[in-house]
Amino acid sequence: LVLALAVSLVLALTPANSEDIRCKCICPPYKEIEGQIYNQNVSLKDCNCLHVVEPMPVEGKDVEAYCLRCECKYEERSSGTIKGTIIIYLSVLGLLLLYMVYLTLLEPILKRRLFGHSQLIQNDDDVGDQQPFANAHDVLSRSRSRPNVLNKVEHAQQRWRRQVQEQRKSVFDRHVVLS
Amino acid sequence: MAEAEGVSSATPTEEMNGAGNLMDFLDEPIPDVGTYEDFHTIDWLREKSRDTDRHRKITHRSKESIWEFVKSLLDAWSGWVVMLLIGLLSGTLAGVIDLAVDWMTDLKEGVCLSAFWYSHEQCCWTSNETTFADRDKCPQWQKWAELMTGYNEGAGAYLLNYFLYVMWALFFSFLAVSLVRVFAPYACGSGIPEIKTILSGFIIRGYLGKWTLLIKTVTLVLAVSSGLSLGKEGPLVHVACCCGNLFCSLFSKYSKNEGKRREVLSAAAAAGVSVAFGAPIGGVLFSLEEVSYYFPLKTLWRSFFAALVAAFTLRSINPFGNNRLVLFYVEYHTPWYMAELVPFILLGVFGGLWGTLFIRGNIAWCRRRKTTQLGKYPVLEVIAVTGITAILAFPNPYTRRSTSELISELFNDCGALESSQLCDYINNPNMSRPEDDIPDRPAGPGVYMALWQLALALIFKIVITIFTFGMKIPSGLFIPSMAVGAIAGRIVGIAVEQMAYHHHDWIIFKNWCRPGADCVTPGLYAMVGAAACLGGVTRMTVSLVVIMFELTGGLEYIVPLMAAAVTSKWVADAFGKEGIYEAHIRLNGYPYLDQDEFTHRTLATDVMRPRRNEPPLSVLTQDSTTVEDVEMLIKETDYNGFPVVMSRESERLIGFVQRRDLILAIKTARQKQDGVVSNSVVYFTEDAPQIPASNPQPLKLRRILNLSPFTVTDHTPMETVVDIFRKLGLRQCLVTRSGRLLGIITKKDVLRHMAQMMNQDPESIMFN
Repeated sequence: LVLALAVSLVLALTPANSEDIRCKCICPPYKEIEGQIYNQNVSLKDCNCLHVVEPMPVEGKDVEAYCLRCECKYEERSSGTIKGTIIIYLSVLGLLLLYMVYLTLLEPILKRRLFGHSQLIQNDDDVGDQQPFANAHDVLSRSRSRPNVLNKVEHAQQRWRRQVQEQRKSVFDRHVVLS
Repeated sequence: MAEAEGVSSATPTEEMNGAGNLMDFLDEPIPDVGTYEDFHTIDWLREKSRDTDRHRKITHRSKESIWEFVKSLLDAWSGWVVMLLIGLLSGTLAGVIDLAVDWMTDLKEGVCLSAFWYSHEQCCWTSNETTFADRDKCPQWQKWAELMTGYNEGAGAYLLNYFLYVMWALFFSFLAVSLVRVFAPYACGSGIPEIKTILSGFIIRGYLGKWTLLIKTVTLVLAVSSGLSLGKEGPLVHVACCCGNLFCSLFSKYSKNEGKRREVLSAAAAAGVSVAFGAPIGGVLFSLEEVSYYFPLKTLWRSFFAALVAAFTLRSINPFGNNRLVLFYVEYHTPWYMAELVPFILLGVFGGLWGTLFIRGNIAWCRRRKTTQLGKYPVLEVIAVTGITAILAFPNPYTRRSTSELISELFNDCGALESSQLCDYINNPNMSRPEDDIPDRPAGPGVYMALWQLALALIFKIVITIFTFGMKIPSGLFIPSMAVGAIAGRIVGIAVEQMAYHHHDWIIFKNWCRPGADCVTPGLYAMVGAAACLGGVTRMTVSLVVIMFELTGGLEYIVPLMAAAVTSKWVADAFGKEGIYEAHIRLNGYPYLDQDEFTHRTLATDVMRPRRNEPPLSVLTQDSTTVEDVEMLIKETDYNGFPVVMSRESERLIGFVQRRDLILAIKTARQKQDGVVSNSVVYFTEDAPQIPASNPQPLKLRRILNLSPFTVTDHTPMETVVDIFRKLGLRQCLVTRSGRLLGIITKKDVLRHMAQMMNQDPESIMFN
């Protein structure tokens, strides 16, 4: 929620870049002149063949015939939005990947180093799921009994992990939900 | 109806202060009397009367002081605030998804050197070096082979591009499936079957949670960018419903009442479809027709509001650079002719046939995934399918690019300025009129080549989508079905166009086509084909037509679209009554009571439990059961509720009590009340029974008793019973004869009976 608000704030505040509007006229081949594309950043009311096609490759009476074939379109975009969105998306993806690597690879190694091998063997519930750090967290929480924010965060994280485990079991292992 | 006083509604300060503070957020939520367990159905009647109570209390209090009046106004407005927030967040997320997909799809082929965050089209936007002949190329955007080796042409560069394309596709899909597996397993699949079930009253905890929202958004981008044959519309509905659930928790009016919450979720689903297609009205109709179960009129206006806000937010983010909401917005103004209805109806038949084929194939494959070894290797399956898709898709230029771009090209008409092979018509250089007027022209060799490639792409897409939908990554099927239909439609359109050109002296064409005049628009055929295939798979009717004409802006094409949609639905219904979403609901065994008529002549006695050879009904008596008996009953059976009768001899019905409420009440009583031991008598009457003073203190549980359970007599026809279950949203119904309790019918029994009547496997109904 906070992230979405941040995104919308960023998007609202990025200044309009003058390069972000353009009028694009595509003119097909006419007589001996080959096809050309003309780009100019003009406003919407000037977006027609006469203003954008410069230099005009034909003379006099042919100008009208040439311009009839050309198709002019006005386009605008917001380059700041694109840049901001992609960078925010990549950072969120990067954070998730780091957290995933931490959960699956680093945490067991760290806990094993802190608590020794014996504690991790006593897994209570799941057989097919490697969650050795679940037990280690219990040991941690039992040792410190002050009810502060850190403890609560740990408990919440534990609860979340158990929920995800349950979900994983019903979706991936028993195929009960979501085929 | 006398209400079972479960929960006293929160005091007004708690209601306004819905968010609580951080510590409460981290605490485990205490299960309350009146909440539901996971994978159970809600009691619609109870939720409705709780809401009426709450509203009555607020209205009553609002007369007391100005502050209360203001609070009642805020309560009334909270619904609109929720809709506004849902629209804003869904629009923002949809914009982010669109932009990110645009960029990442192009990342498989090359990169923009001046600014890496630009996709191909954006990179060449400001370039002044595009020529008419290669108007898609510009020097700032280079393919990978060119970047790494400096060569652009040749077999080596082609192979290197091929290899890197496949590598990127595998990388994206591997990331997607690992994120889903580690963080939010509920984020896979389309989401619409489960949302349909949730909206009909089922509870799946965590399905609409915050982590599911985050992971679904992030992995949807990865899944679509990896080139797999899937779309993002279905998952966007799931994302929007997650947003709806998120904002519901801010207001206790919605967070405590499951019935009201589902109204908000219906509106959120409408907002989801609206941003997926840029079709607000179509979104509301889709929510009404496909997703929602109960759709009161109040929800109609609110859904429309949410859909409009979402569409407006998406437009202001402007992902496609030209103020359009969807990539394939086309504007036609060419008329169509009555004789063209014949090919349109043929396209409808094709759509219906393809829909049947897809549903049967996909359900068979998903069933195999559920029951055999295939289901044990989800990550490997995703990687294998991605590999096959990428390897087969790269050589064909029509499958190499993203499916949305393919559809956009197929829908677009050929002007003189199109450079694609599909528009390689032979132009008569001696034409006096400008070439924008498209007369019928003979097809050049480029068109024939494009037709071959399109035919191959059609077969490829038909086969691969069957295996892709339902994998363990977010996957939708609107875009692939539209692609199949668009390819078929375009092929038919070009065929009709060439027939009209080469045989313009046949009678049909003579009246209709004049040389030099507009005759056949293949793009329109592509649109009609897309509508037909989508209708054949999902069995949408009105919402499909509305979405298609909102996509194209052509009101004059309603009749062909309707013809194709109706034909495809008829043809598909001839083979099987269910659309893809209902088929998935049945595959998973969700307790979803369909809106179809039940026409068999069975009676309530045939369905009720206990049957003849089963043990008798487990009941509680109104004043002679002890706490120990109750606990034993709870431990030995797993029924969701127990009827309460007057006494074991007379068996006259008093009421019904839920298992969860019983457990909580007894637990609280043992902890809090003194003198309650295992021998205490449990009573449900108003006054305590006459007992000697030496007996332990009795326990009054009247407040959890539902005094008005629904009853039918044993000779009620099942037609009526099914109707009652469907219209009132019941979970169970008691069967009596002359006042005596005979048995109970639960929703699961009804569903099993219906399945049996239709010769399906009744054991596949899993949930209650």
